[in-house]
Formats: sequence, C-alpha cells, structure tokens
Amino acid sequence: MLRRLCEITDPVRFSFDNRPITAERGDTLAAALLASGVETFRHSVVGDQPRAPYCLMGVCFECLVTVDGVQNQQSCLMEARDGMVVESRRGGRQVLQGQS
Amino acid sequence: MTASSIDMVVIGGGLVGSTLAWGLARAGLQVTVLDGTDLDPRASRANFALVWVQGKGVGAPAYALWSKASAERWPQLAAALFDDTGIDVSLNQNGGFSFALDQDELDTWQAEMQAIVRETNGRAAPFAVLNGTETRERLPFVGRDVVGSIYSPLDGHVNALRLYRALHTGMKQRGVDYRAGYAVERIEPVSDGFRLIGPKGVLVAKRIVLAAGLDNTRLAEMVGLHAPMKRSKGQILVTEKCAPFFDHTSATLRQTDEGGVMIGDSEETHTSAHATNQDISAVLANRAVRTFPLLGDLNIVRSWTGQRVKSLDGLPIYEQSTTHPGAFVAVCHSGVTLAANHALVVAPQIAAGALSHGLSAFGSQRFHASQTV
Repeated sequence: MLRRLCEITDPVRFSFDNRPITAERGDTLAAALLASGVETFRHSVVGDQPRAPYCLMGVCFECLVTVDGVQNQQSCLMEARDGMVVESRRGGRQVLQGQS
Repeated sequence: MTASSIDMVVIGGGLVGSTLAWGLARAGLQVTVLDGTDLDPRASRANFALVWVQGKGVGAPAYALWSKASAERWPQLAAALFDDTGIDVSLNQNGGFSFALDQDELDTWQAEMQAIVRETNGRAAPFAVLNGTETRERLPFVGRDVVGSIYSPLDGHVNALRLYRALHTGMKQRGVDYRAGYAVERIEPVSDGFRLIGPKGVLVAKRIVLAAGLDNTRLAEMVGLHAPMKRSKGQILVTEKCAPFFDHTSATLRQTDEGGVMIGDSEETHTSAHATNQDISAVLANRAVRTFPLLGDLNIVRSWTGQRVKSLDGLPIYEQSTTHPGAFVAVCHSGVTLAANHALVVAPQIAAGALSHGLSAFGSQRFHASQTV
C-alpha cells in the first residue's frame, strides 16, 4: 500500500510475527511496518476486527503491538531498533500472566 | 410573537432529563426535550456508571431505601430499554466491594453501614464485612495492602455510553422531540403554562420538568422552586482494555464490560475548573495499584473530570412548585443508580400531575428549615 520515497541507506533489522523487516534508522516502528507492507497490526479487542495505525501521533491507540514481550506498545511513538521482536496483538491485554 | 403550546417540556437532556423524558413518553405524553450545548458541564458524560447502594443514606434513611429500590428495579429498566431499542446496556449486579487500605477506613465504613441498617429498621441492603484473607479468597488478585472490604450483593454497574444511547434511541422511538443546543435563558410563568426564552426562540409549555443539572439552581428560582447546590468535582482515570479480572464492582474501581478499567471517586469541593489535577491522578492510581497490583502494568489511556450535580446535603430533590403548579424539578447526583426510579416511578407520577407522599423527604423545604435553625 505504501512505498518508500528513498532507498534505505542506514538499515535496522527486526522481526514482525517472525518475519524479517528492514527499515531506515530513525523510522518509527509504525512507519517501518507500514513501509514494509504490514496492513494489520492487531485485531480489535471488542469486535476482533483488523486494525492499523490511524493518527500516527499517539492519540488513537490503533497501532498497538507487542515489543520484546511487552504488550500494547504504541508503535507510532517508538523508533525501530535492531533486534526488536515485534508481534501483532489479538484481544485485550492479558493482565493475569505470572499471577496465581 | 405567538407560539403554540407544548404539553410537556423537559429542560435538560442528560441522564436525568433523558430518563424522565423517556418515562413520560412511555406514560403517553407528548414530550419535548431542550438540551444544552456540548460545552456545558455535563455530569452525564463524565460519570462512573455505577448502580450503587452501599454506604448511601447515612442519617437519611429515605435516601438509603430510595437507592435500594432503584437498584432492585434496574433489571426491569434494562429489559424495557432493550424491548424499545434492542440495545443491551450490560447491567451487571454481581455485587460491589469497598476495599479498605487501613483498619480505620474499614471500621468507619462498617459503622456507617450499621447506622444505615439501624436507621432503616433493618430494611437497608444487606452487606458483609470481610477481612483481608476473606477478601482475597473471593478475589484472588486483590493485593496484600487491602486489610478488608465491605461487600454488598445489590451493587453493580452498566455500560454508561450504551445507556445514554438507549435512552436517546428510546426517546426517538416514542416520538420525543429532542432539540440539542437549545439553551433556556429565562422561564416566565404565564396563565396557561410557561414561556421558555432562549437564543433559539420562545416556546410555551403547559408543564415543565427542570432536569438541567447544575443549572437547576438558576432555573428553579424562576418558577418558585429551590435547588441549592454545592461544588463537587470528580476525576477519573481509564486504562487500556484488558482481559477480564474483576467481575464485580467497587465505588472506586470497575472493569467495564469491554475491558477498560475505570478508576475514580476523587472529590474536590473548592473549584469549578475543568482541568485534571495530576496530584489527584497520582493518589487515584496509587490506591488502585495497591488494591489490584496487576494494574501496575497497564497504560492509562484517558483521564477526565466532571462536576457532580450535588444538592447542599447530597440528597436528591424532587418537587412540584406550589406557587407555579406544573413546574417540577429533579436534581440528583446518582443519575445512573436512580434511573430505574426516575423512569418507572417519578415519570409516571409527573405525568399524572403530582409527586407521591413517598417523595416528600426529597422536597426542598428541608433547606429552608436548616437555614432558619
């Protein structure tokens, strides 16, 4: 859907749902995912509908992903970094993990 | 300028106004609702959505029983709204907890609950006092800082956004003429009713119900009624949606049917400002995390404040003007809890022309009495 205006000159590499992604250093994580063709970042909590970034400025909470095991990170507000393990989200945040 | 006379006008389209208007329409009346503007202080859009009885009515048994009756009537209201609109307002009455973080708190609440039982001759809602261990046996995710809790099986909550939509859809279904942004600046009693004057024009109504929240104070005086109010600002934090962990409710913390956690119940009495206060947010968040430590990992995604509609003594006011019959006023802080009473009891009485003796405890003469002591 989106394509880059310039070739990547200073690459960072990370994974999204086990798929390797290359982005320009300094890209936000949301921009990096969009530029590499990811259209579904998560499925909505109530209606289980596919979702992607909407506002790209930290307000709408549509771009949530799991980063290095931490749930519901706003991908539009963080930079893509080498070695990040990024996963799409499905359902509400699990709060009971590790509790007994 | 002449205007044809309307049978019944409800001034205010928030929770109290919409509930009464829907109830009046169900009673067969032709109803017009004049709502304020988006920037008016709207308690209905800031509320916590509790159907809550616990601890209400210390020193005011009529209020304790009025709240209890409404909670008991709520399933009937939810069913009637569903019949009219197909909207499920997600009523959950699995009971409510008040979580105490020190023994003094628990002792104070227990004494208040016992006073309510005494003052109502045992007719108040039932409750249990649980120590920390008993609380955690029922709710395993409650933190060690909780020394005990009060549990009452009648308490619950709804989805407030859907309640508001159901009422507005229900009004439409029943032919209520709802007018948004229709401020009323002045009410002039005339021989056959009331002239309602505002920037959008003049309407004449045979009968009126003042349900305009904080603005009732100003409007009531124009028709011989009295609705003195005090300031009460509340603040709420809302977390991201998460998997269900708390299928009950609490006066300070609830998980909505859609997963978000609302944290609230602060009260400031010295300000009419709308801005949120970060120090209060910190206290709310701290108490919430001590109560449910798992909340510490969640992001806060929204925060807002609202001005409660609180009469001087915190109790509702329902009254028909004696100097200008046909003018009614309805003031209350608990527009959600009392919605079932408003739709199913108060509205039919207003439609029939008189409030029952049972509501006399909520007349405004109590303020005159206290002022002359």
